[in-house]
Amino acid sequence: MSTRRHFMSQSAAAASAMAFPLVGGAQPRTIKVGVLHPVTGALAYSGQQCRVGALMAIEDINKAGGIKSMGGANIEALLGDAQSQPQAGAAEIEKMNEAGVSAVVGAFASAICLATTQAAAKYNLPHVVDVGVADQIMERGLKNTFRFGPGYRKCAEAAVANLHVLNMAAGKPARTVMIVHEESLFGTGTANLLARELPGYGYEVKEVIKHANPTRDFNNIVLRMKAVNPDIVIPANYYNEYALLVRTMQQQKISPKAIYSVLGGAASSYKFVKEFPDAANGIIDCNHWFNPKDKRSAELKKRVEAKGLFFSYEVFMTYTAMRLLADAIERAKSSDRAAIIDALEKSTFADHIMPYGATKFVNGQNTGAQPLMTQVVKNDIKVIIPREYRETDPVFPLRA
Amino acid sequence: MFDSGILFPSLINGLTTGAVYALIALGLTLIYGVLHIINFAHGAALMVALYAVYLLKERFGIDPYLALPLVVPGMFVLGYALQRLIINRASHGKDENILLVTLGLSIVMENAALLFFKSDTRTIETAYTLTTVAIGPAMIALPKLVAFAGALLVSGLLLWIVGKTDLGRAIRAVAKEKHGAKLMGIDVDHVYAMSFGIGLACLGAAACFLLPAYYVNPQVGGGFVLVAFTVVVLGGMGSFVGALLGGLLIGVVESLGGLYLGESLGQIGIFAIFIAVLLFRPQGLFGAKA
Repeated sequence: MSTRRHFMSQSAAAASAMAFPLVGGAQPRTIKVGVLHPVTGALAYSGQQCRVGALMAIEDINKAGGIKSMGGANIEALLGDAQSQPQAGAAEIEKMNEAGVSAVVGAFASAICLATTQAAAKYNLPHVVDVGVADQIMERGLKNTFRFGPGYRKCAEAAVANLHVLNMAAGKPARTVMIVHEESLFGTGTANLLARELPGYGYEVKEVIKHANPTRDFNNIVLRMKAVNPDIVIPANYYNEYALLVRTMQQQKISPKAIYSVLGGAASSYKFVKEFPDAANGIIDCNHWFNPKDKRSAELKKRVEAKGLFFSYEVFMTYTAMRLLADAIERAKSSDRAAIIDALEKSTFADHIMPYGATKFVNGQNTGAQPLMTQVVKNDIKVIIPREYRETDPVFPLRA
Repeated sequence: MFDSGILFPSLINGLTTGAVYALIALGLTLIYGVLHIINFAHGAALMVALYAVYLLKERFGIDPYLALPLVVPGMFVLGYALQRLIINRASHGKDENILLVTLGLSIVMENAALLFFKSDTRTIETAYTLTTVAIGPAMIALPKLVAFAGALLVSGLLLWIVGKTDLGRAIRAVAKEKHGAKLMGIDVDHVYAMSFGIGLACLGAAACFLLPAYYVNPQVGGGFVLVAFTVVVLGGMGSFVGALLGGLLIGVVESLGGLYLGESLGQIGIFAIFIAVLLFRPQGLFGAKA
């Protein structure tokens, strides 16, 4: 195993060295930006989706004339692989620093972002977090760290508040909840927040079940679900386990009043909807989602699909994170790290496809960032809450 | 703590999961137990078989169960060729070389899968994926029942091959005394390759039974092969009955362990048994004393 990792890191380093030779000279014609994701290992699928988003953004920026305030300088990606491990991510930051990048965009998973932002802070290297929902990433007072999207506290609070709105509007059919979550930082953190918030709104959390990655069989969990018979099932896990869980629920003929996923469920995954149309129908999600009223999101979706890929949240989150960075470099008029951090702090970036409005960073967190509620309706994903982004009326409860 | 309405289904479910473990362990026990080859590529080979089943379904619309007559011989040929052309040649007759060669093969296979299929998780949808059968209070998925029956059938077949056929006699002879077998006119290289082929053919069958209820990605083999090694040690190296019963036992332990200790601790029971067997009965439950 270690041999393989060694080989991969070596070859990745060699490949990036060949692809991106150091450019000498005082006035760079290109601005080097690190694009760091877990493109191999357990999180490879998500990491590769992120990378696609970042590269598409760079392509768009360069095609539109590059950084105009710097004489049309192009952005050049320096690709890095975090190998689905925090320490590998931190090592890539060291390499990127040596290679002279002006900023880094990455690194998808919360645990990896914790390591990479800290490593980048040593060099005052601006780090835009593209997904990384754990709030610990933003709470360490790192001046170089900026997160455009919402953290999991914001998502969990929105999820619970909106669930309550749905439930009240339907005449309060749901009272009990069961949470099924994966065991790492993301799943556990989200589940803890939910379990704390829900009783305040009058819901009884009947059971919170943690499972490993990978879990090969969900029959036990579903059997317990059968015994508990919750009105609402809330999963917080990654795709493989999510798919097995929902499929097993369908086999065992368990149909709660709602399946309400927080961060990463069927109703924010075109892949799941395509592969399991029956199981997906009616599922509600609270997740990162684009502004459906913005025409550019449909265009971007079409372009991603033309590459034979799914338009997943990883793609548009990283796409927008890269555009945010380019906007800051434009205003900084410089590839200097401190100048870019300063420009990010003052960012009012509003020309994007996310439902966040104009950007405003407080301690590195974009205060306008919010998740949207989506539901799978007739084999498509539609926004149901909040009202200003609504595409269709929610169906709740699924079964009376 | 749990009533029989949960306990019984969990038990049945453990048995059906265990049958798949047994099927994977059968191939391993033949290669590992009889020929003393520690096959690190076993998990990767399972992954290759799963992708074969996946491709046959997605490209040609061949049902996973109807793919059995294609995937099983295909895996046999792959195993035969691997042993004959790569493992045997590269190992120069040394066991420690074989270990490295199979490890190398697994790296090549996994990264080739990563290259061709990306790390994307893939599943197939069949008409019976969501069909369940009621056994008392338990609702069991049809694919799992088929896998259970299939595992019993395949292990019966293996027992018959090893016990009653000339090939089986040759395999046992080579396992016991390689040089003696050679002197008796047995083509040892051929028997080695046949055994490796049969071992991988078992994986082909396991893949056909597994995919309707599971998924495939380049890393999928790892989780199974660790359990399969445990099953082989538990049942006794080279014992087919041991692999079958060991697999079923491990499945049940995992299922009940998950129920009582929580899902993320379910595998503790497996490895507790593993350690206990190594301490108190190192030859395994059904193995002969060395």
